[in-house]
Amino acid sequence: MTLTPSKVDIDADSASRRHIPGEAGLWFVILGDMAMFAAMFAFYLQGRAQQPELFAQSQDTLNRDLGAVNTVLLLTSSLLVVFATHTVGRAANPRIATRLIVGAMACGLAFVLIKVFEYYEKVAAGITPNTNEFYMYYFGLTGLHLAHLIVGLYFLGILRTLTRKPVVTTTQHAFFEGAACFWHLVDLLWIVIFPLVFLVR
Amino acid sequence: MPSRVQTRATVIWLVLFGATAISWTLGAIDGLGVDQRIAPSVLILVVAAFKVRLIGLYFMGLREAPLVLRGTFEGLCLATGLLIIGMYLLG
Repeated sequence: MTLTPSKVDIDADSASRRHIPGEAGLWFVILGDMAMFAAMFAFYLQGRAQQPELFAQSQDTLNRDLGAVNTVLLLTSSLLVVFATHTVGRAANPRIATRLIVGAMACGLAFVLIKVFEYYEKVAAGITPNTNEFYMYYFGLTGLHLAHLIVGLYFLGILRTLTRKPVVTTTQHAFFEGAACFWHLVDLLWIVIFPLVFLVR
Repeated sequence: MPSRVQTRATVIWLVLFGATAISWTLGAIDGLGVDQRIAPSVLILVVAAFKVRLIGLYFMGLREAPLVLRGTFEGLCLATGLLIIGMYLLG
């Protein structure tokens, strides 16, 4: 079968439109991070299989409602970042992108405050990572995620300054996309940590 | 006037929000026997894998990425999903 010229044109066009968000190197970090967390989830489930009663009892002390609120906060911040990435350098009013990033940062900060409150509640009740294996994983997984979120907030801070520029270069836009993807990674990791550690019984 | 990308992202956010509500409701059911916990828990994990894929494709923009990158992401999601659900069921 031979392709008609119009079909060839369409294929070439769709191939040229395929685009790596951010830059290629960043994806080694993102996919590597996902694989590292997948390994930690496997260790968590292995620990759970060995001490099901202990894990079930300890899990019941977690605040599932706050975990759900945190999920919605991260999903909303991700949506605002998608809007900002699409708006930066394009909108007639650059302040729109700035406000979107500030909104996303506010959601991220609210997540941090809720997490600090959760940790405070646990520590006040005498619960620490040394209490038992479940809490070691709870503090370890959520703490490592929180560290990612704080790095993500730092990147969002840089994006906020970028949104103020009247003209955004191709390199700056690629950086914007890459930092946005890192923020989505923070959201994506929580999407698994919350159900696995808080909800699955 | 929102662009097509923004409208699509908003629809995805609504789906993700709805999926979170379903998981949260399933996770909040108390008083189930050990065997009765399995089905809701597996459903929660399947919903999580579905949400991760949506975030990758629509928020990270992998839907329009080169197929190698999109395929690696989707393969990793599938492998992680199967690993977690398999270990949950065996544990």
